[in-house]
Amino acid sequence: MAIQSNRLSTEEYVVNFSDVHPPFDHPEGAIIESNRCLNCYDAPCTKSCPTSIDVPLFIKQIASGNIKGSAKTIFTSNIMGGGCSKVCPVEKLCEGVCVYNLLEEEPISIAKLQRYSTEKAITEKWKLFERKPSTGKKVAVVGAGPAGLACAHALSREGVDVTIFEKDNKGGGLMTYGVAAYKVSPEFCQDEVDYITSIGGIDIQYNKELGKDISMTELQLDYDAVFLGIGVGIARELAIPGESLSGVVDAISFIYDLRTNDYSRIQVGDKVAVIGMGMTAIDAATQSKRLGAKEVTMIYRRTENEKPCTDVELALARLDGCSFIWLASPKEIVGENGKVTKLICSKMKLGEPDASGRRSPVDTGETISIDVDMVIKAAGQIPFEDLVNETKLENKTGKISLDINRETNLKGVFAGGDCVNGGKEVVDAVQAGKDGAVAILNYILGNT
Amino acid sequence: MANLNSNFLGIKSPNPFWLASAPPTDKKINVLRAFEAGWGGVVWKTLGSQVKNVSSRYSAMSYGGRRAAGFNNIELISDRPLEINLKEIVECLKEFPDRAMIVSLMADNDRKSWHDMVKRTQDTGAHGIELNFGCPHGMVERGMGASVGQDPQIAKMVVEWVMEVAQIPVITKLTPNVHSVVPAGRAVIEAGTNALSLINTIQSVTGIDLDTLVPNPNVGGQSVFGGYCGPAVKPIALKFLTTLAQDDYTNKVPISGIGGITTWKDAVEFMLLGASNVQVCTAAMISGFKIITDLCDGMNNWMDDKGYATLDDFVGLSVPKITRWEELDINFHIVANINQDKCIHCGLCYIACEDTSHQSIAIEKGNPYNTYTIKEEECVGCNLCKIVCPVNDCITMEEHRKGDEYLNWTEFQKRGLPLNDH
Repeated sequence: MAIQSNRLSTEEYVVNFSDVHPPFDHPEGAIIESNRCLNCYDAPCTKSCPTSIDVPLFIKQIASGNIKGSAKTIFTSNIMGGGCSKVCPVEKLCEGVCVYNLLEEEPISIAKLQRYSTEKAITEKWKLFERKPSTGKKVAVVGAGPAGLACAHALSREGVDVTIFEKDNKGGGLMTYGVAAYKVSPEFCQDEVDYITSIGGIDIQYNKELGKDISMTELQLDYDAVFLGIGVGIARELAIPGESLSGVVDAISFIYDLRTNDYSRIQVGDKVAVIGMGMTAIDAATQSKRLGAKEVTMIYRRTENEKPCTDVELALARLDGCSFIWLASPKEIVGENGKVTKLICSKMKLGEPDASGRRSPVDTGETISIDVDMVIKAAGQIPFEDLVNETKLENKTGKISLDINRETNLKGVFAGGDCVNGGKEVVDAVQAGKDGAVAILNYILGNT
Repeated sequence: MANLNSNFLGIKSPNPFWLASAPPTDKKINVLRAFEAGWGGVVWKTLGSQVKNVSSRYSAMSYGGRRAAGFNNIELISDRPLEINLKEIVECLKEFPDRAMIVSLMADNDRKSWHDMVKRTQDTGAHGIELNFGCPHGMVERGMGASVGQDPQIAKMVVEWVMEVAQIPVITKLTPNVHSVVPAGRAVIEAGTNALSLINTIQSVTGIDLDTLVPNPNVGGQSVFGGYCGPAVKPIALKFLTTLAQDDYTNKVPISGIGGITTWKDAVEFMLLGASNVQVCTAAMISGFKIITDLCDGMNNWMDDKGYATLDDFVGLSVPKITRWEELDINFHIVANINQDKCIHCGLCYIACEDTSHQSIAIEKGNPYNTYTIKEEECVGCNLCKIVCPVNDCITMEEHRKGDEYLNWTEFQKRGLPLNDH
């Protein structure tokens, strides 16, 4: 047993990391599917989209051959509609409520249709938005993730000049660094960022980190308003013995490395345990398998009924050959010569419902031991609490607090996305960015 | 098993489905394939005056992703040599003696030409002749086709010429490019035609190529009006058919129904409105001859279900059910009902009623699903909600009479009853 890189051939990596939800091969597919849409009134799909995309409209625009109009309908509500068509858990959003489900029929392939229009727009660089005349105002956005980009685009459209400060060397945030590679490629993420900024008036300054390269005070002085879209990103510790052994990694770093290096350079064990059952845990488990791990076991302290990921995601892990241990909570990581060899878990049972409404796990006192050479921790992410405190932002355990105008306790400083909500979907961050832009426009233009 | 045997003017066929005079019946190879597939008969593509066809010839109108909801053509009558056609007709008759063989004719507009065509056709042993007075393009400009059918006097004269020499049954095919088919129908019956058939195609432009701006079909950068057919024309054909079936003079002869027949249900509808048999073309052109299997099977099963042993048992049964508007019962009133167990909350009924009808559906907002209910007192019973509902029998129209007695408009006015107050 050993952790090693370069387990597969180039061809195998290509196959394993190719598009998990392929696009329509032919326009005919999109036409047939779009004509199947009933064009509901006050459509459940639109209501279930955090950005309220007018789904029936964009689908009928595909049916009528108005692809440009379709792309504009999507991007007007969600400027990251291209990426969202690939990463949104649509089974619990738009597609999950499609009325066809009530007829026990396949829901409309909304994501696939959305991808059809948006990918065309991005590939062919359609210019769908014009900036309004300059307002003479400038806004600083911290973080070029979904919230920051959505906020910047919305502000730019209204004639505001935006400078985005990004601590990494690429834009896109979690879309670029935190999502499974078989959902979005790095090239797509770059194209999407370029497409968003092609409207003009958005300057992204890379490798500029808040608290290190720039200070909040400077931003407040130099700009008419500030939007914080700094996300979350610190992996939650398990707080158990053995966590510092070699071979114990957190899912966020694991996926970050995978998204920023050649697949052949990513190390993975023979027998991998993944702790957690959220979307990131699934991404880590499936990608470990796709990198060539022989056995991947997902460990979750509750049962399948309480899992945070969707059925579709779980099925993906199952199809990739991952196995699952339910009702098991990590107790200790054991090693030899500084390297992981075993994961000891407490066996749990379900007790009373907790604050989330799900039945909480209770330790039975029994333990199980699993032979492993790698442990990936995906037990959630926590906000940048130190950074938030240093900048004197009011917060709740690191999550930035906002008033009813979406402003923080600091004058002219607004925030949105994961750094406020603690970590939700990309599409939620986009909406938060839009909302932030509306609040900022009210603030800087005084039209409340 | 019901009996589908058809007897049209003594012309027998194992089922009431003939292929209409058109490209599918223009040569032996097609006709034999049709007979092998099970078609009851064919009307051989029109013979007569010599022509040359162009390329392209067809165009279609798509709707909701469905190709060829309507279809049109600018093809003329047969452009093959007459001798070859006549020889092949003889050969087909020999191979399938149990199938109906009708030959469509359109001669030059003189007595001698018509006499000559009729005689040569009869010499093949064909069972009947259909006179093409309906073709709406190409031949019209030469005084033939629809220009004959559109003028009852000319139509009558040509039929008289034909009947002078005809020894087999003669069917006259009428054009729908008129405000009423009854005058031409009466005129040709007066002249002695043994039967009528309708409709021929309707003049049309199916669409325009938005890149070249040339309407379809494109013939070297130009187009012409084509003859429209296919599913889109069925309702128009049924209306024309009904006017013949209801006229005391034209309903004395059998009618062969044509116009957009695609399924056995369409065929049953034509026969219920007075057609003794039906002719099909576009559906076969779009899907091939195999459609005959379900045309026969579906009609047969329906007849069994309804207890009709022969075709004559149901031909014309719906004719008296179409009346004049003044005869309708004003006291008849229906109100929509939404079955909440079947409703999928698409809201299509609501928005149709709210935007374009009588604001008779109440909405109770929900997330993500709204609840829709009928405001019975507002509902006029227009059927729109039922039409747009994607779920079968989710919306039903329930009878809530306004009064017990039958009351028509004439009587309503006579009594000075009040109009609506909204």
